[in-house]
Amino acid sequence: MAQPLSIFDVAGRAMSAQLVRMNTTASNLANAGGVAGSEAAAYRSIKPVFKTSYDQASGLATVDVAQVVTAGPAPTKRHDPSHPLANADGDVFEAAVDETRELVDMMETARNYQNNIEVLQTAKSLILDTLRLGR
Amino acid sequence: MADDLFGVHGKALALRSQRMGLIASNIANAATPGYKAKDIDFTAALSAAEAPGGRSITAAAESATKYRVPLQPSLDGNTVELVTEQTLFAENAVAYQSTLAFLNGRIQTLSRALKGE
Repeated sequence: MAQPLSIFDVAGRAMSAQLVRMNTTASNLANAGGVAGSEAAAYRSIKPVFKTSYDQASGLATVDVAQVVTAGPAPTKRHDPSHPLANADGDVFEAAVDETRELVDMMETARNYQNNIEVLQTAKSLILDTLRLGR
Repeated sequence: MADDLFGVHGKALALRSQRMGLIASNIANAATPGYKAKDIDFTAALSAAEAPGGRSITAAAESATKYRVPLQPSLDGNTVELVTEQTLFAENAVAYQSTLAFLNGRIQTLSRALKGE
């Protein structure tokens, strides 16, 4: 970063990170119970890795998504020879998405996003009040 | 000169602004594993800035920045407690606004004195 972080950068980048997390949660939930013909082709849940980004110049810290990784349990094998996607052994592979965990993650993400918006609104109104100083 | 006109309030406003950024950083990192929350001890920072010998606002804020001691440490090493941070952020915002009100009053007094109304 060439410029020192401002409070708007801090909250804005945190909101982007939370949005990435919300997108991964949506992908995971959309693919819950998805079936594939092989273990490699089956969907695995994805998670973002958050990393703090410190700014020496201003002493502030914001958060970035370092990477998005696949995590969670391996797909479950189910014997179902009548399934159109079944392999030679008559098995299909179901995506093992922990729906409860995803929903809890979604709530936490939404709360964090709202908190950052609150910070942004407060900071904005205080800065505007400062600009009106003496009028 | 400006310091004499506005007394402690100029430095207080700068420190409040610095502290707002720090608490915003804590709130931004509420879900980052291993993040350690920090805060400025406002009273200590203000007396460091006010002390004779004139430390800069940034140096004063830095000398009074401490890590927050969590009420209940979490397993992932993150020490941000949203309840604490939100309360302190609100408190700091109100204090910022009070400082602005003091400054506004001072400016009005001065301009009335200048105009001689």
